Amino acid sequence: MDSAVMWYAGQATGIVSLVLFTLVMALGIGVRERTRIPGMPRLATVALHRSLSLLAVVFMTVHIVTAVADSYVNISPLAALVPFSSSYRPLWVGLGTVAVDLMLAVVATSLLRARLGRRAWRAVHWLAYASWPVAVLHGVKLGNGTGHLMSGWMLWLTAGCVGSVLAAILYRVTAARRRSTPDSVLTAAEAPTADWHAAPGRHRAVSGAPIGEGGRR
Amino acid sequence: MADPPTASRPPRATVDWTACRGHGACADLLPERITLDEWGYPIIDPDPVPDRARRRARKAVSECPALALRLRP
Amino acid sequence: MRTTVLPTDVRSLVSGTSPRLLPLEPLDFSAHRALYGSTPRIDGARVIEMADRAGLTGQGGAGFPVHRKMAAVREAAERTGRRAVVVANGSEGEPASAKDKALLWHSPHLVLDGVELAATAVGASRAFVAVEAHSGLRWRLRTASEQRAGSRVPVTIVEVPPRFLSGQETALVSLLNGGPAKPRFQARPVFEDGVDGAPTLLHNVETLAHLALIARHGPAWYRSGATTTLFTVHRGDAAPAVVEASPGLSLERLAGPGVADAQAVLVGGYHGSWLPVASASGSPRATPADGRVGPATPVTAEGLGVPLGAGMIAVLPQDRCGIVETAAILRFLALESAGQCGPCLNGLPRIAAAFGALARPAPRADLVRVRESLSRWAGLVTGRGACRHPDGSARLALSALTTFAAEADAHAHGRCRAPGRPPMLPTGTAEQGA
Repeated sequence: MDSAVMWYAGQATGIVSLVLFTLVMALGIGVRERTRIPGMPRLATVALHRSLSLLAVVFMTVHIVTAVADSYVNISPLAALVPFSSSYRPLWVGLGTVAVDLMLAVVATSLLRARLGRRAWRAVHWLAYASWPVAVLHGVKLGNGTGHLMSGWMLWLTAGCVGSVLAAILYRVTAARRRSTPDSVLTAAEAPTADWHAAPGRHRAVSGAPIGEGGRR
Repeated sequence: MADPPTASRPPRATVDWTACRGHGACADLLPERITLDEWGYPIIDPDPVPDRARRRARKAVSECPALALRLRP
Repeated sequence: MRTTVLPTDVRSLVSGTSPRLLPLEPLDFSAHRALYGSTPRIDGARVIEMADRAGLTGQGGAGFPVHRKMAAVREAAERTGRRAVVVANGSEGEPASAKDKALLWHSPHLVLDGVELAATAVGASRAFVAVEAHSGLRWRLRTASEQRAGSRVPVTIVEVPPRFLSGQETALVSLLNGGPAKPRFQARPVFEDGVDGAPTLLHNVETLAHLALIARHGPAWYRSGATTTLFTVHRGDAAPAVVEASPGLSLERLAGPGVADAQAVLVGGYHGSWLPVASASGSPRATPADGRVGPATPVTAEGLGVPLGAGMIAVLPQDRCGIVETAAILRFLALESAGQCGPCLNGLPRIAAAFGALARPAPRADLVRVRESLSRWAGLVTGRGACRHPDGSARLALSALTTFAAEADAHAHGRCRAPGRPPMLPTGTAEQGA
């Protein structure tokens, strides 16, 4: 195949993968915080998170295949899985490989989560927070393909992705500090403005305080 | 008094309450047996899951973000 | 943090020479042997048979037949090839109950005898005794344990945080497994999968003391009605007393002459029920059918119409307010929730807050809605959690709404029969006192 086509395909699938994984990260935090996508059933947040992650894996696979098949740069198939073993730009390609390895662990354990159990699955799932920024670094450095850093609209797009994930993380961190305990729910319920006659079916807690949330932290 | 064999006992939905965080995906997938209370937590009908809903019930178990929903014989 | 005072008021209503659970003075090993004799050596299967023939049930509140628990653990141990573990639960997280602490302080050897018998019954390789932290009981049990040279099963004394739920079965097992003392979801029950994954026999310490007496005097003696059980009695403002008495005695005999003039009695502890007392003046004898009790009512589940739980009885005098008492208890129960399960975490504080608002007498137009909300929440928390804490709390709230309906109505008109008086029942808060 024409090397230029390979190269463009690699760039394109790379940036699409980044955008998709960014959405997956944001949706993942949305699932954690029980965020509901407006107009959609509750199931949609987690279902979309899962579907998009599998779609992202597909795009990322094509990205890797084009990179390996491209005759212009020497990246062996092994280098796709073993970090820093490529002849071409070992460090930056290697970072991509690191991101892929981590992401594969996350995806594989998620497909088997019912069998693994909650604790093991959660422990591995945290690696997503490591995989994503490594992928961003890989993309920023190699996204131009001419040895310079990514530039132009791709750089803006990447900046947008980084901003989105940072915003989602900030949302999660501040939500964690609002986490409910019996004491906090009681305090909210005892507040003078508390309305305990809130109609059933409205999923609100007393006077705007966060809904008391069970489950292990 | 022996219990009937597991294979012949119809499954019922049940919740690990210490894991459940009120995501509510289960109620979307298995409305025949699960509705949500005013705080977003599942109210589980203890009757067996009907045959036509078995597959959705298994999906609800695997889709639960907290892995809190279970099917027991 | 709650401070625990070991009960100093220990009484017995048992006549003369009957075997007693609770000597009036603490006994060391030689005094114990002198009074009770030594424990007979009985082999495992016979211990279970003995418990079965005696009809021994659990004394921690649930009342489950002891022989069935033992048989289940023994069978699980044989099936899995794991050695069983015995846990004696003396943690007594209920602040209004003191019988286990009194028993452990006065008669630790009777409990330890029971532990040995239980260990034999299930072939256990080790045992634990759970006691409340900072109560002095760890020292007491350790000393007692060291006095017993011939014990075949190593006994470890474990201190438990002074929380209401610490003694819940799965919470206690979780603590012994190195985790927090909070109820856990068990895929398999504790009798199969407990401490370190081994089949675990968990009994209240009083149950084990009963077992030790049965081993000495036989199942027939136990069934004959000569046996006793322990109660914690709160009589109005007086300090609580731990009383040993034969079940079936009258309420007045157990709780004193004040019962006849009392408003209500709380039976079964903070997860129990308030029962109205029929007024003594010329009314027909009270029966459980009309939900009222009287001085002559026998202190049994059948006589009272509600379970006895762990044997706590509190008498509410006329000059106290049941709504105020219940509000304080419900607030305590809400704060004692483990906070793990959504319905409990959301429901109990709301129930407590609504009751707390009711407890402040002030004219209000929404009493009907408050009752409806309380009923709705009570329904939502029952049966939806890893333990029965919300169920018991809801039961208490609903029984108070029924028994003190008139008082609630008075509050909604700005009146209270005990205005400004802090509650008398212990909840470990700073407002405790006269």
